[in-house]
Amino acid sequence: MSGWSTAFRGIAWRETLRFVNQRGRFLAALVRPLVWLFIFAAGFRAVLGLSITPPYQTYVLYEVYVTPGLCAMIQLFNGMQSSLTMVYDRETGAMRTLLVSPFPRWFLLGSKLVAGVIVSIIQVYAFLLIAWFWGIHPPLWGLVAVLPALVLSGLMLGAMGLFLSSAIRQLENFAGVMNFVIFPMFFASSALYPLWRMRESSILLYDICRFNPFTHAVELIRFALYLQVNWLSLGVVGGCLALFFGGAVLMYDPARGFGVRRKGG
Amino acid sequence: MTTPALLVQNVSHSFGATRALDDVSLSVPRGGFTALLGVNGAGKSTLFNLVTRLYANRSGLIEVAGHDLRRQPTEALRRLGVVFQSRALDADLTVRQNLMYHAALHGIARAEARSRIAEVLAQVDLADRAGARVSALSGGQVRRAEIARALIHAPELLLLDEATVGLDVKSRAEVLALTRRLIAEQQVSALWATHILDEIDPSDGLVILHRGRVLFTGTAGEAAAATGGDLTRAFLDLTGVQA
Repeated sequence: MSGWSTAFRGIAWRETLRFVNQRGRFLAALVRPLVWLFIFAAGFRAVLGLSITPPYQTYVLYEVYVTPGLCAMIQLFNGMQSSLTMVYDRETGAMRTLLVSPFPRWFLLGSKLVAGVIVSIIQVYAFLLIAWFWGIHPPLWGLVAVLPALVLSGLMLGAMGLFLSSAIRQLENFAGVMNFVIFPMFFASSALYPLWRMRESSILLYDICRFNPFTHAVELIRFALYLQVNWLSLGVVGGCLALFFGGAVLMYDPARGFGVRRKGG
Repeated sequence: MTTPALLVQNVSHSFGATRALDDVSLSVPRGGFTALLGVNGAGKSTLFNLVTRLYANRSGLIEVAGHDLRRQPTEALRRLGVVFQSRALDADLTVRQNLMYHAALHGIARAEARSRIAEVLAQVDLADRAGARVSALSGGQVRRAEIARALIHAPELLLLDEATVGLDVKSRAEVLALTRRLIAEQQVSALWATHILDEIDPSDGLVILHRGRVLFTGTAGEAAAATGGDLTRAFLDLTGVQA
């Protein structure tokens, strides 16, 4: 059993080390949501009226509304960063070191996933700390209650990244993922505006947003931050996590020859 | 009779319609140096990917130190150390950090890993470069660090896939000599894939692989005997490759 925990700690340590070595990545991860909070939110606040929607019990500022969405955005981008790392590791050959380990692949991939989530949660709390000084004050216990929600949403988004990385053959294809997966997922969600606003514009878009797993990650975080549970979102996020992780394990199965480039020799 | 370090029996592998390996059988005895000789595209890397379980083996049998790779993958992989053709170390981490990571992937606890790292780095003459980033090492040093990585969990079989590719003559000779020394000192067995005939000694075990098929198994001396001791000529005659 200790061998398993050693392997997990080793994988988590490497992910953390990589993150620490790439200071620019930490900075980018923080700057992105802060730009939304400091600049976009200030602009949208003037044009976007918000009605009282659960879990809020009163009118809230746009900055307050958008904060859980930005937490989820950090995790979305972190998941994609992990995915990018996987593709890079596969291209450079570093991933083979991981895959020839005697531990089963589901465990290796799971460990990598959990390690990525730990890194994303550190980023989210750093963001929430800065947001606090910007006047975003969720209940103090909400900052504790949101942790399991962040773990679950981080796992789901990370698993999605893992699954996507198995389908991306080259690093150059990653731009396509940004354009066709990340941006639509982020904008077609409840991260930036409540879904009733979307319904006013287009029923079709509203339905797309409702079925978007990212919407449920956002709502799970939003409700947890205000000491409530959104059971539907919990179910969707849990289900999507199982689906994406199962798909990733299947795609990285040796039978598919994943993790290696085909080359003669 | 001792179990061989590696046993491959009737293994075939295809990529779509392309047959990369065709009914390959070979054996690597314990404590010996066996060269897997073949031109580029012969199927050496495919065979290595099957033995390391990067590809799933669907036909025949692969055993590492008596452990069936399909039925006991954990036991088999635990006994295997691999030096890949291209770099597998993280260039942004130091040599020691890379080795710590690899030790963890084999479930070796930190305290034990630290002493193993000191040991293997001394063996590959890199003790003074432990704190250096891999990106700061020379080509020869990187290969030696790769060998240290492959040895960290004390494997019984070392697979080296064209380990000297891209190295200058001096570094190539050093890496080869180091591998031979380690085999002699640690009783590790090695399967050394190469297309360079100069790297093979007459007493080495030899497997000639060509277009996915094994054309010869024995010692290099036996292969060369048919042509008056000229291994190059023997290889060209067997494979039909034009000089």
